Amino acid sequence: MKVIVGKDLLSANAGQAGENRVLFNNNRVTVINLISAPGSGKTALLEKTAELLRGKLKLGVVVGDLYTTRDAERIERAGVTVVQINTEGVCHLTADMVARALQEVSLDQLNLLFIENVGNLVCPVSFDLGEHAKVALLSVTEGSDKPAKYPGIFREAVATVISKVDLLPYTDFDLPACLEEIQKINSDQQVFITSARTGQDLSHWCAWLEQLAAGKAKGNNLASR
Amino acid sequence: MHELSLIQALIDMVVKSAIENNIKKVTKVQLVVGEYYGALPETLEFAFAILTEGTVCAGSELAIEKRTLLLKCRECAYEFRPEGYLYSCPNCTAVNAALVKGRELYVDYYEGE
Ligand SMILES: Nc1nc2c(ncn2[C@@H]2O[C@H](COP(=O)(O)OP(=O)(O)O)[C@@H](O)[C@H]2O)c(=O)[nH]1
Ligand SMILES: [Mg+2]
Ligand SMILES: [Zn+2]
Repeated sequence: MKVIVGKDLLSANAGQAGENRVLFNNNRVTVINLISAPGSGKTALLEKTAELLRGKLKLGVVVGDLYTTRDAERIERAGVTVVQINTEGVCHLTADMVARALQEVSLDQLNLLFIENVGNLVCPVSFDLGEHAKVALLSVTEGSDKPAKYPGIFREAVATVISKVDLLPYTDFDLPACLEEIQKINSDQQVFITSARTGQDLSHWCAWLEQLAAGKAKGNNLASR
Repeated sequence: MHELSLIQALIDMVVKSAIENNIKKVTKVQLVVGEYYGALPETLEFAFAILTEGTVCAGSELAIEKRTLLLKCRECAYEFRPEGYLYSCPNCTAVNAALVKGRELYVDYYEGE
């Protein structure tokens, strides 16, 4: 017997992602899915961002990690609500993992929610979490050929954060070539050239975040359009 | 290894359908995968062999139909297959072409008794 199915494999995830998005919109929270290779500086960026946006935006973080809670502890020290998801070895977050984590978050208290995905440049790209924007992170210690090798994330990202530029003098990272490559892959995106160590360009990054969140600001009529 | 998650979703889907259709043994699953996902057939087959153990799909064949990428230029509407990762238009050199085909990822059909 032959049974025709014709159903998308990601449909279950897409359905849950849609529900997450409705929840985010109802609570007027802007949500960013932060994606990079392991060690690119996602947690460091969030620690700094939390400091710089204190008193301006209410931040929350959902952080995916294969096994540990170390990142959650680091971000919590910066004074932000954090929920940890241990994926038990799964290399990306899924919409239902995020949905479970959201039960621990008072979304109505937040303006901006970051989802720090599991360190991986490939797998997280295929799994919609219900976010409003994907942001890619690329550190200068990874090499400037990464956009060419992993174009998928750079194609889908609304912004790319180049991180650890304080280390630029110690690497062979070709910044102009990398920027050109990113622009060729996706010319619509914002690029920030940052260091969590020195704070370089983080003011632009934070201003951009404030703008993004303002689109959904609580009590702002624009948000309901 | 998102192949594992994808194959798990596939098995969940087929197992559920097999119960509904009173199928006791699945012999073949036909999967359609767009080039966009860059999923390797060997990895999919490996995941399938492992994750089907103990299910109605155990021992069945996973047949994979690949769909190549087809893009459409946002500037001049020219349709083309990309060479390399840049997705630039061979007609007018514009970048950022839109995806027309190649993002399929679904179970087409399965066979069983
Ligand atoms: N020099 C330098 N080191 C950084 C910077 N950002 C992160 N790091 C270091 O890089 C390592 C990995 O950072 P982490 O935030 O844990 O990366 P994640 O895995 O992407 O969350 C840590 O040892 C950080 O201290 C930076 O801007 N400059
Ligand atoms: Mg981290
Ligand atoms: Zn063109």
